[in-house]
Amino acid sequence: MRMSVYLSAIIAFVALAAGSIILPDWAMFLFAMALAKGLVCLGIIGMMRGGVVSFGQGLYYCIGAYTATLIANHLGVSDIFLLTLLSAAVCLVVGLVFGPLLSNYRGIFFAMLSLALSMVLYGSLSKMSFIGGTDGLNIGAPTFLGWAPEGRPLQTALYLYVVAIVVISGTLMRIYFDSERGLITLATRDNELRVEYLGASVRNLMTYNYVFGALLGGIGGTIAVLALGHVDPEFAFWTTSGEFVFVAILAGYLSVPAVFVAAIILELVRSFSNLYFPNTWQLALGIFLLVVIVALPNGLGSLVSKRKENKT
Amino acid sequence: MMTNKLKATAGAALLGLGLAGPAAAQDDTFKVGVITFLSGQAAESFGVPAWNGGKLLIEMMNEGGKLPAPYDTKGFGGMNIEFVVVDEAGGATKQVQEFRNLVQREEVDAVVGYVSSGDCLAVPPVADELKAFTILYDCGTPRVFEDNSFEYVFRTAAHATMDNVSLARYLKSRDFDVPSYAGLNQDYAFGQDSWADFTGAMEQIYPDAEVKTALFPKFGAGQYGTEISALLRERPALVHSSNWGGDLQGFLIQGTARGLHERSQIVLAAGDHVIPQLGNKMPDGIFLGARGVNGLAAHARGGELKELTDTMWDAYEAEYGVFPVQAPFRMWQALFGLKTAVEKAMADNGGTKPTDEELAAAMKGLTWDAPSGRIEMALADGHQAIQPNAIGTTKWNEAEGKMELVDVEYFSARCVNPPVGIKATEWLAQGFPGAECE
Repeated sequence: MRMSVYLSAIIAFVALAAGSIILPDWAMFLFAMALAKGLVCLGIIGMMRGGVVSFGQGLYYCIGAYTATLIANHLGVSDIFLLTLLSAAVCLVVGLVFGPLLSNYRGIFFAMLSLALSMVLYGSLSKMSFIGGTDGLNIGAPTFLGWAPEGRPLQTALYLYVVAIVVISGTLMRIYFDSERGLITLATRDNELRVEYLGASVRNLMTYNYVFGALLGGIGGTIAVLALGHVDPEFAFWTTSGEFVFVAILAGYLSVPAVFVAAIILELVRSFSNLYFPNTWQLALGIFLLVVIVALPNGLGSLVSKRKENKT
Repeated sequence: MMTNKLKATAGAALLGLGLAGPAAAQDDTFKVGVITFLSGQAAESFGVPAWNGGKLLIEMMNEGGKLPAPYDTKGFGGMNIEFVVVDEAGGATKQVQEFRNLVQREEVDAVVGYVSSGDCLAVPPVADELKAFTILYDCGTPRVFEDNSFEYVFRTAAHATMDNVSLARYLKSRDFDVPSYAGLNQDYAFGQDSWADFTGAMEQIYPDAEVKTALFPKFGAGQYGTEISALLRERPALVHSSNWGGDLQGFLIQGTARGLHERSQIVLAAGDHVIPQLGNKMPDGIFLGARGVNGLAAHARGGELKELTDTMWDAYEAEYGVFPVQAPFRMWQALFGLKTAVEKAMADNGGTKPTDEELAAAMKGLTWDAPSGRIEMALADGHQAIQPNAIGTTKWNEAEGKMELVDVEYFSARCVNPPVGIKATEWLAQGFPGAECE
């Protein structure tokens, strides 16, 4: 079991890394952004497995992005590894503060509370004109252990960096999902009371899932801001969080790679609908989302697991 | 294993779609990528009228001979102008992606766009990274070139500081007594900056005026009952607002219904664009600007540019059944500037289609005429334009059933814009050093 996970991880890495050679510039950037956002969605998937959905994952996406930007601008740190670590650490702390609080809530209450937290951040950042207010801030291009590439090499390095992080976190999350704690999470989805009677702490579980979501959100936000070069409070706005939830629903909670495929598909559909239907791109996007939800109620991942069942 | 197979198939399919791409633009066409709001709050006020104006002007240029000299040549230096238009709605993240797509996938020769200040801050670093010639045509924040410098990015409209400096100067030149004033601005960067600029200018020109209250209702609030009550209670001599679009219409309709305009003088930094929608519901006697000599102020100006202005004005009115407000004027000055730069670069390089480097070199420090007046790329090492501004007073013409702007005062570009080498906020704080007013 473990072996096949590692093998999949290696194959996924090779397949994605090959993109750095074959993808044109614009597509490489689009894939890098989609994968960074996919990381945030992976965190939502972790919570979805336990039956709760966070509508405020933009909170960590935004904290990660602002932490990296402020550190880069004020302390002169540009190393991508260090920035990712520092942002992840900040998100870990924030996640540890809110995790135990939110782990008591389920369903709409969890969704609304997480949404409220991210909107508080949005509102506060919008008021802080000394860090750009609603216009946001710029961040320079990252360096890689002292190496400062430009142009295509920079995009390639960023892309490979996000691919590596995606594969590592995807693998770790798969191992976690298959672990005892991960499987109990799945059981919680079916019957929370029974899990409690069996002796497991659901609250504890939910906290774990929430903190992992916070970490992934922070890392995703850091990579996104380094690729974009700009952050604004919109990162914490509810529409951003809603997009993450949409990707999570599109992917379903069954498969990890499906999350990243879903994120890439969404970015591609949006990009092309924007170009071909400049006046009605929202409508095109909406129709696409509706069709997917109607056709695949359990998400893209259900395609894969259905086939797996057929095989056995 | 199947997951990887699925991914590979999906990836290959999508890749095929993308790699097919468009054919690169040819030498006899010049492809412009246009980004402006086609949906959302800023679409009706700025994005759509701007692009209506832009589309019209491109058609006129492509036909050739429709415009007065020096714009009577066909297209850009004989090249046919093509365009791709992209919606600006969706935030800065999306705009950076779309910008890359325009440059790398659509292979446009120049990008003209951006109303939102956030987008104007996010896009220039990418433009420089891709070495893609880019014109910011509308956005207001002075931060774009004050905090950074860019090689390939130009803003063909003055930044927002002049809007509020002109308002304060207008009050002074009309000997308007201002013992106290108050503000109602949208709670986001543009509203906050406008209020800061206005109070900064007022402190210099009316040092004794007292600030009664500064209200910042939510962006897109639409309902101003509480705020209007507060303004009526405080009785300031003057109420300043940089609201735009639905927020401005809401404020004016709700405020005039309660007699706010009779108790306080209302001054609007960017108010002209709601006149077509409000018609005679726009009260008389409001002092307003249009972020440049745009719209009614340009039409009333006359002078050397009358022929150019009237040509565009009449064409726009004939095509869309409404007169052009500020946004199309800013789009026009960007496109006239682009035409001038392309033709200048072609004169220098022997008549071939200019590269991004040649375009940037030609645009730097350029001066050209537009319906909104003479545009000079005077600031930020030739990358930031200054332009004249005008403030006027609204007056409903009952006989003709249309709104007019009376007592219009025109300010030269160097009177209301900071000179080279000083940030806008410092220029205000130091009492406008180097301002050249007639």
